[in-house]
This record gives sequence, C-alpha cells and structure tokens, in this order.
Amino acid sequence: MTNHWVDIKNANLVVIMGGNPAEAHPVGFRWVVDAKIHNNAKVMVIDPRFTRSAAVADEYVPLRSGTDITFLLGVANYLLSNDKIQHEYVLNYTNASFLVRDDFSFNEGLFSGYDAQKRIYDKASWAYQLDEHGFAKRDPSLSNPRCVFNLLKEHVSRYTPEIVENICGTTQERFKVACELFAETATPDKTMTSLYALGWTEHTVGSQNIRAMAIIQLLLGNIGMPGGGINALRGHTNVQGITDLGIMATALPGYLALPSEKFPDLPTFLAAVTPKTLVQGQVNYWGNYSKFFVSLLKSFYGDKATPENHFGYDWLPKWDRLNDFMYTMSAMEDGKLNGCICQGINLLASFPDSNKSIRALSKLKYLVVIDPMDNETSCFWQNHGEFNDVNPASIQTEVFRLPSSCFAEEEGALVNSGRLLQWHWKGADVPGEGRDDSECIAGIMMAVRRLYESEGGKAVEPLLNMSWNYVNPEAPAAEAVAKEMNGRALVDLTDAGGNVVLHKGQLLSSFAQMRDDGTTTGGCWIFTGSWTEAGNQMARRSNADPSGLGVMPGWAWAWPLNRRVLYNRASLDPQGKPWDPKRKLLWWNGAAWTGYDVPDFGAAPPGSAVMPFIMQADGVGGLFAQGKMAEGPFPEHYEPIETPLGTNPLHPNVVSNPVTRIMKNDDNFGDPKKYPYVATTYRLTEHFHTLTKSSKLNAITQPEAFAEISETLAKKVGVQSGDMIKVSSSRGAIKLKAAVTKRIQMFKVNGQEVETVGLPIHWGFKGVAVKGYLANRLTTAVGDANAQTPEYKAFLVNVEKA
Amino acid sequence: MQVNRRQFFKICSGGMAGTTLAALGFAPGTALAQTRQYKLLRAREVRNTCPYCSVGCGVLMYSMNDGAGNAKNSIFHIEGDPDHPVSRGALCPKGAGLIDFIHSKDRLQYPEVREPGTDKWKRISWEDALSRIARHIKDDRDANFVERNTDGVTVNRLPTLSMMASTSITNEAGFLTQKLTRALGLIHVDNIARV
Repeated sequence: MTNHWVDIKNANLVVIMGGNPAEAHPVGFRWVVDAKIHNNAKVMVIDPRFTRSAAVADEYVPLRSGTDITFLLGVANYLLSNDKIQHEYVLNYTNASFLVRDDFSFNEGLFSGYDAQKRIYDKASWAYQLDEHGFAKRDPSLSNPRCVFNLLKEHVSRYTPEIVENICGTTQERFKVACELFAETATPDKTMTSLYALGWTEHTVGSQNIRAMAIIQLLLGNIGMPGGGINALRGHTNVQGITDLGIMATALPGYLALPSEKFPDLPTFLAAVTPKTLVQGQVNYWGNYSKFFVSLLKSFYGDKATPENHFGYDWLPKWDRLNDFMYTMSAMEDGKLNGCICQGINLLASFPDSNKSIRALSKLKYLVVIDPMDNETSCFWQNHGEFNDVNPASIQTEVFRLPSSCFAEEEGALVNSGRLLQWHWKGADVPGEGRDDSECIAGIMMAVRRLYESEGGKAVEPLLNMSWNYVNPEAPAAEAVAKEMNGRALVDLTDAGGNVVLHKGQLLSSFAQMRDDGTTTGGCWIFTGSWTEAGNQMARRSNADPSGLGVMPGWAWAWPLNRRVLYNRASLDPQGKPWDPKRKLLWWNGAAWTGYDVPDFGAAPPGSAVMPFIMQADGVGGLFAQGKMAEGPFPEHYEPIETPLGTNPLHPNVVSNPVTRIMKNDDNFGDPKKYPYVATTYRLTEHFHTLTKSSKLNAITQPEAFAEISETLAKKVGVQSGDMIKVSSSRGAIKLKAAVTKRIQMFKVNGQEVETVGLPIHWGFKGVAVKGYLANRLTTAVGDANAQTPEYKAFLVNVEKA
Repeated sequence: MQVNRRQFFKICSGGMAGTTLAALGFAPGTALAQTRQYKLLRAREVRNTCPYCSVGCGVLMYSMNDGAGNAKNSIFHIEGDPDHPVSRGALCPKGAGLIDFIHSKDRLQYPEVREPGTDKWKRISWEDALSRIARHIKDDRDANFVERNTDGVTVNRLPTLSMMASTSITNEAGFLTQKLTRALGLIHVDNIARV
C-alpha cells in the first residue's frame, strides 16, 4: 500500500477493482465502511461478480474478467477528453511534460522494438529525449506532440465507451456513471483510493492493470494524498515482509537485486544498477544503492567481507535466468532438480495445474516440507481416490516433514499491507516435538555445515563465510536477527562536521547512516530504524492520532523510517501548501519539513525544483514507464492467454500479451469451442486459502467445495443449485456442487455471450472439511510477463452435469 | 448450630427470634451457587497478530499458567485486541476460528519420513531427520554446484535444489531463510506471494 488501512477513512471515493475486501480482508474493509459513514464517501465496485463488497457499494459496475485495462484506459480517455485532471499536479509531479524519443511508436498492438521470435522487446526507444547533459528534455506548455501527455492522450483515445462496451461487456450507461465518479476526485480537495488484490495481479497483464490505475491516480492528483494512493491488499500475514526480504529468484533484501552472471564483480554490478539522475537536482534516492548493498554484504559475511574481496561479492550465487516458482516447477517436471525445501507452502494446492505439480514433485529425489500442518503437498504421494489418484509405489521421492510453529508459538515481526512491522510474542510451545521456523532453518544450516566441516567439499567458502553469530546457532533469537536486519555502526560514525553520531557497535537509526566502505552493516536497509538504541520500535503500542487522519505514528513501526503515506510531499503543492487544508500531513517550519508523518522528501525548502517522487531518477510519477515494464511503457488491452473471443477486437494480429512466457510444458491451452466459459478462482470470508480447512470452526461454516454459476448457464447445462457438476479445462477436471446465483451474470461481448464460472479454492484431500478436488487442477501456468503471477482469474473451462 | 441459607431464611421469617439468632453469630454458611469468576482474569495474556490475511489484526491469546517451571502454557481463548488501531478489537470469520487452528488435529507432532515407493509416514528423530536431509543436500551440492560458468565468471550456484519460502513466517525466520539459501548457492528461490 502507498497508504495504509486506517487511511482509507479519508477517501471521498473508494474504488474496489481487482479485490473483494469485504470477504478477503473483512476487518480492513471496516475502514471503507467508516469512510462511507463518517466521510460521506462513495464506494464503487468494478468486478465480474456481484461480490459482498459490491453488496454495500453505492455503485456496482460489472465487467468481463480480464478486461480491466480496457475499462481503465477508457476512464483515462474520459478524464483527458473532458479535462477532468488535477492540472498543477500533472504538470509538476508527473512526467507529462517530458519528451519521448522520436523512434518510440505504437502500432497495431505492438510498441516499437518487438522481436517476434524471442517474444521480447528491445526497449531502447521507450525513453526520454536527453539534452547534452544527459537530462530529460521537457515542454511545460505540453504542446510538443512528443511529450508524454500528448502520447498518452493519443494512446487512450482508442478506448471509447463503445469499445469499452464491446470488450468489457459493461454498458455505456454504467461506464459513464463510473467515469463521472472518478472525475469528481480531480479537484485538489477530493481523493479516490484504489484497493486491489489478486483480482488484478493474477492475469497475464497483471502488472499493467495496476499501471493503468496508477496513471489515473496521477492524472487525478491522488498519489501521496491522505485518502488516496494505490493500495495492494496483500494476502498472507507476512507476504509484504517476505517480499521486502527478497526471498525470490533474483532478489535480495530491501528490493536490491541478486546479481546475475552478467556482472563478474561488484563495481560492474553497482554501475549497472545505480540509476543516473534524469532531471537536474532530483533526490534520486536509489543513487545510494552501493551503501545499502555493501551494508547487506557486511551483514552477510561479517569480518570476512573486506574492501579487497569486494565485501564477499563472489560468494553470492549469480543467476542465469529467472528461476521463479513456475519456471522451477517446469524444470522439476523435466527432471532438472534433485531437491526442494518447501517451507509453509501448500504448493500442490496453490500452484497452477496441480497435475503438473504432482508430476514435478514425483521427479525429485528428496522433498523437505517444513510446516505446522498435515497438508496436500507433503502427502502428494498418497492415494486419495478421485481427489488424488496416484500410485505411491511408482513415486520414488523421499519426503521429509519437519513440524514447525504457527503464529502463536513464536516471536518476531510481521509486515502488514500498510508496511507496518508489528512485533508479536510467543503464547505457548510448539506442540509435540515441533520447533519454530527459525530453528528448523538453523537446524538444516548447522547440519549441512557440520558435514562440510568434517568432510570438506565443494564451495566451502560461500557456505561457511555466511555469518551465523548467534548465542545459540541452532535456535537464533528473534531479537538478534531483528537487530541484524536493522544494522549497526562498525566504527564511530561521524557527520560532515566531524561529530560522532553513532559509536562503534550502536544500532543505526536511519539508512541515511549507511556507508559503502564497510563501516556499517544492515541486512535489510528499508527496515533500518525498526530496532534502534531506543529499543524495539516494532513493539510500540500508542494508538494516539494527533493528526485526526489516522496516522498513529506511535503504533509499531512502518518502513521506510516510520513513514505512513508514501510520496507524501505530493500532498502539498510546489509551494508547500497542502492541496487540501483538511488533509495537512506535513509543513515547512522555516528550517525543515515536519508534521504528523515522516516527510518523504529531502531537505529542499518549498518552491525548490526538487520533485516528490524521490525513488525515481526523474523525481516524478510515471505516466510513461520508460523501460520498466516488459510489455510497454503504456498499458494496452491484451486478451487473457485463454480468451473466449479467440481474437482481440482492437488488433486481431496481437491477441494476448506478446511477451508472456509460455513454456513448452504449459502450451496446453483450451480451445474456446471446447471450453467456452471464463473461470475465475476466488476466496470466501470463512476461509483462508487451504489453511483453514484444518480448523474445525471454519470447516463447519463452509464445509464443501462448490462452483458459482449464473442462472443462464445453469439453465443451459441443465442443473440446479446443489447438483453435482463437472468443471473441466484442458489440464484437468474437478467435480463439485453447483451454486446457482444472481451474483454472476452473463456478458454480451464482441457479438457473443460470455459466461463466468466462479471457483472458490479452499478444499482439498486433507483437513477436517469435506474432501474435495483442488481447484488448481484446472488453472494455467502462464502468467504476468513482469511478475510471473499465473492467470487464475481468467481461464477457459467447460461445465457439464456430473 | 449449622444452618444452610434456606433454613436461615425460614428462621428469619419467624421474626425477632431469627434476627436474634443472627446477632448471636449463627450466620449462614457460604453459598454454593455463586457467579463463576471471570476466567480471563487469572489467565496469562499474550499479544500476537492474526496469521491469515495482511490486515494484521491484533489478537490477544489467553493461557493458564501459574508460572511454575513444570507448567506448560496451553492457549484456550483468542480474541481481538481492542487497542489495535487497525482492527479495534474485531476479528473476521477467518480469525474467529484461530483457537481451532492452533489446536487442529492436523498439527504435525514429530519429524517424519516417507521412504521412496512406500505409502506411509515413519516417525524419526530430529537428529535423524536433519542428518539425512543434510546428507542429501551435501551430496547434491558437491555433485552439481557450479563455481564458474562457461565464460569463466564466478557464479557459485547450485541449480538442482529449490527453496519455496513461506509468507507466514516472521521477518526474522525469513532473513535466516534468505541467508541459508544464498549460503547454499540456491537460485531456484521463490515464495508464495503471488498465489
């Protein structure tokens, strides 16, 4: 979230699109209701299903699953054609006035630089025109045809209300109502907040769905504003924290990159990843990359990391390609992996195409499952009749499972959607012989190290040089690791005037204290400040709200630097005056910025040329994303990889995302003639993924799998509510009960009728609920070209009476 | 003279004689029926965070424990934390079932192994489990670790072992996971953030 949960109360318009917080985040949703009751806010839900969020909305606008970009670019077209934008904001805080290179173009569904054979873009032309100093050229009059503003206008002009109706199935009347609601927040004293979740990300165009809304929010001047922003309602309790810690194929903590094999040494790597300032005088905070990276290396390798050995850079693994989980599962299916450590993930239930997952896990030599629960993944080799029809004798995988802790039995911090690091305490021991998660990981580390210490072996240095200096190395204390992530001074640190600001050994209070000469450590720079010499900031419990805007700076600790609203300088005009006096977060006290929140800004006084988006090399919000996205600097409508239309009404030669990765194992797309209906998986309020089917109370409230279909589809296939149906895709079939509802309606799209099938995902062959099929037996392993998130929200199925 | 409450009231209804009895010290014994004491008052309260979605609601967990060295905490009640600024004491239908989650019959109790080709779990000790896992990892790593790629660049990677990380663990467990994976040289590393 750019903002945070309580901040939703400040909105004038809450747009819920790509999420269903009333069911998936019910307690957070109370702030939507709060906005409605106390701030007279309007709530609009745009969704293929009439969800429980829609049930309390002022406006419900239906659209076909997988067409969000068409809808949103249609809104952008409305805002630009009707001059409903926040002019001063757009001019000063976005790249509207920046000039784009002359060789950039868009034609018939493709941007310039496409390589059809490799299915990738050469992005060289997706860039600004630069002057002789290497700074971007601008035209504040916005009259140059190559400025971003005019290119955007031209790009979205194709998305007329007629096109929206034809592609999304949303009537022009409903669309107009929606556009008018968006447009009301173009004034400086009105804000719209965007709430989304997997309903946006689980598409082959997932990241561009979010980009499309970001463009709208920038046009309306809603980023950085209390009650505004782009707010990802994240799923698991610490999905934010684990993402922050970079436990991903090509990442390291704090959104630093794990170097690839293209970078043989540290200077080459740092030169490539440190962005050059694109507009004179901008903060360009990523310019400090080397300080964060070297502090991380010092945290990893301790005294072994020296300037001479580039702080141990060689010991980091260097990747060859993006080995995300979908690629890994394909490689596993091909027999290229021997082992897998699966920690607290029910991958058989959560990953796409569960039949493929079984084939892949069956190829492993060993699988280690660390989990508090008996689940489908650790038991993939068990025969459970039709629900898991495998032959254990033919599966040669050696499977270990280690019993681990759940939340109640451990201590540490979890990061919520609002970037809030909240400390929690242990209430009981892990049952039986179980050990907490840290102990399980440390146990493996120490056991492997002992073998290497006694026998020697390959690549001993990277393994033994990794710092592991805990009082009990078999069970590192949470406090010690939290301080390690926060970071310390390794020498007396002095400021520019020679005064000692931190003594040797003291905890850092800000990442601004980090150095790239090896004199500081810090395992995750964005967490610096969470555990300082003043104590554990994540354990703070003041819920005082001096601002009245729900900031509550004394409750726990938010990254970065306890800042609650990101880009908050943009809530003030260039002269430092709040756009809306009722939303005053910050002010200039004559010498420095101060306020209820931590200023997201340098020390530059009001009226200076320093712009608010300090993490961007150009200082502004990007209407034009340059080369940062895989499929283009502007979003474009591409059909889902399995489209019910078989074409793209905008450009029939480029139907789906042209750069989506399609692996040979996943080339099993359904023909719309055989699988004519659009399936979308979703969650219920009574359950959390497949975890709660092991909890009796939750199992009682929603005991059994079902699929939700419309009355028209029910009639067509001849079933009534409660009848068993068979839902099949080109990858597999499942049987479950039909729930026939009015909440799902048929769409009229491009001259044909399109039905939606809703599939809740909460059941399997384990747990205390009624046994059922895994919904992911049906899904496709093709995903978003940027994030590799599989397309669970729009894939093709057939429905028959079982 | 032993009197119970009923007898006492009977006596009192006799008028002056009754009140005199009371004055002489013949008060009734302690009533057997009384309001049960509020159980949470004597419980140990621990603050935690709901483990499901990412709203991060505050929860209070209650267990009985007199502090004796041989006493084990067992949580018997969980409710929302009213001081929490986001959740303000509320829990949703998911969180309302937390007590059944931590005490689920599906909780694993000890390390186990399923030997290749068999159809059952076998209980093993932690020592056996960790040493067998470590042996697998070492053999795999020694056989398949790539120190340099074909261009001679130091890459120090192990392409045959993958790590799928939880997003329900703490930051601290997560950082240890990050360190373990990179120390082993893993590049097939991901978490369940996207699904």
